[in-house]
Amino acid sequence: MKELVSAPLDVEKIKLDFPILNRSLPGGRQLCFLDSAASAQRPHVVIDAIRECYEVYYANVHRGVYWLSEQSTDRFERARQTVARFFNAPAVESIVFTSGCTAAVNLIAHSFGSSFVKSHDTVLLTEMEHHANIVPWFQLRERTGCQVRFVDITDDGLIDSANWYAALEARPKIVAFTAVSNVLGTINPVADMVREAHEVGATVVVDAAQAAPHQTVDVQDWDADFVVFSGHKLMGPNGIGVLYGRPELLEAMPPFLGGGGMISRVSRDGFEPGVVPARFEAGTPPIADAIGLAAAIGYLENVGLDRIHNHETELASAALETLEKIDGIRLLGPGMESRSGIVSFSHQSVHAHDIAQVLDQAGVSIRAGHHCAMPLHSRYGLSATARASFYLYNTLGDVQQLADALSHGIEKLHSPRRRTRK
Amino acid sequence: MADNSEEEIYQEHILDHYEDPYHRGSCDGKTHADEGDNPLCGDKVSLELRIDPQGVIREAWFDGKGCIISQSCSSMLVEEIEGKSVDELKKFSADDMLRLIRVRLTPNRQKCGLLPWRVLQSAMHSPIAKLDGGAHYGGPNLGEEA
Repeated sequence: MKELVSAPLDVEKIKLDFPILNRSLPGGRQLCFLDSAASAQRPHVVIDAIRECYEVYYANVHRGVYWLSEQSTDRFERARQTVARFFNAPAVESIVFTSGCTAAVNLIAHSFGSSFVKSHDTVLLTEMEHHANIVPWFQLRERTGCQVRFVDITDDGLIDSANWYAALEARPKIVAFTAVSNVLGTINPVADMVREAHEVGATVVVDAAQAAPHQTVDVQDWDADFVVFSGHKLMGPNGIGVLYGRPELLEAMPPFLGGGGMISRVSRDGFEPGVVPARFEAGTPPIADAIGLAAAIGYLENVGLDRIHNHETELASAALETLEKIDGIRLLGPGMESRSGIVSFSHQSVHAHDIAQVLDQAGVSIRAGHHCAMPLHSRYGLSATARASFYLYNTLGDVQQLADALSHGIEKLHSPRRRTRK
Repeated sequence: MADNSEEEIYQEHILDHYEDPYHRGSCDGKTHADEGDNPLCGDKVSLELRIDPQGVIREAWFDGKGCIISQSCSSMLVEEIEGKSVDELKKFSADDMLRLIRVRLTPNRQKCGLLPWRVLQSAMHSPIAKLDGGAHYGGPNLGEEA
């Protein structure tokens, strides 16, 4: 069994499962897709599950007393069970489908935040958060007058532990942090952080957008109060995300969005909210997307998250080693002992957008910009970085293609030629 | 199907303007100035203009930091507008700007290329206080870019 878990991935075989990875780009460029941290590509099984839903049994879920609706409802609710199992959630009802990870954080900030956070309370974040785990809390501050504070991060991209403990002493009401940084690749010690935050009475929100697709997530092991992730980063469809909430917390929370599906009854005088999780799923939910997400989870589990994690860290390690040798490159983030498959970098004079553009000319797709993490970039005195992110379908060949294209591109754009305008 | 990304955007004249910019720095006797940025990528451009009483741009200077496209386009723009009147420049459209730079930019990169043009639209209408002639204006030079 252990051998199976640690056996290297047969990436060439895996790649065959992803139609988009088997095409070439215009001009015959060979596609080297290194932007999975923004959104992953989808295997056949996911695309087929969505198509099957629409072609074979699609109808709106719940309340329909006809065959199609019963089929759709059954598959939709089985998808919820799949997610619950994937997260080792204590109850299927603790899984809420949302339109994405962002929507899930907003749901918490509105429903839990507006009900339980008062003007004297503090929400504690870290400097490495994605805007999706910052802005909803700023908006909560606007509604309640609470404080929003940030834990510092260190030069090498770890949470500054002295600052973390000092911030906890102020007994924040909510502590919200990412399990894995979408820029630095830092893997945070989630279970320890949750325990320490709980010790001061905080409610803990964990952003697992960059963790769930790449490593085993066990919400009971983490003991987090809320965990959120999005489907599309996990090879699932766009437009679906998941909120896990501790059952007793979800029970105590009011609905966020109002509409059909989230009520138990409505009269001319008002409404009674429905039970959890329907209470938080107003309107027609993302039906085919939930079913596609379950297919993606099945695919991930078949390959094995531990093998995927090992594979990605091997690629990131090779990338760090190779890129480090290129003149003028500054690598962000920690060493491999606490890093996932994300490698962000900048160049001393070539702007990240120019780097991404010359890499694209060589078929290498990376992301450049602030990656929705402006406070993090300010922390390092940067306005933009280039980011390569690896997934199960990437190879050491991709790392080499990245390094070659980068060396070539920097040579082209940077090497001083004492140019003069004509 | 045409594919813009295959067309080389780092053409010689773009790199020439990047490495050897026209009027990067500060404008003595400036009468108008403004600055702008693209928060998405952090490109910053400031423009300083000396406009005579007849409404003609006598001198135009830029400063800023950012990608090759934003900076070389700034250089091309200030070179282009000197000697033109404010009335003429009002007719100088975003499309004219994209034509001036002579490479096809994808929509995302058009934001970089049009940044100096966007700053020009406001700079023309942003007179600076007369007594403030000695004030430093403009961002750090490119050499300071991290």
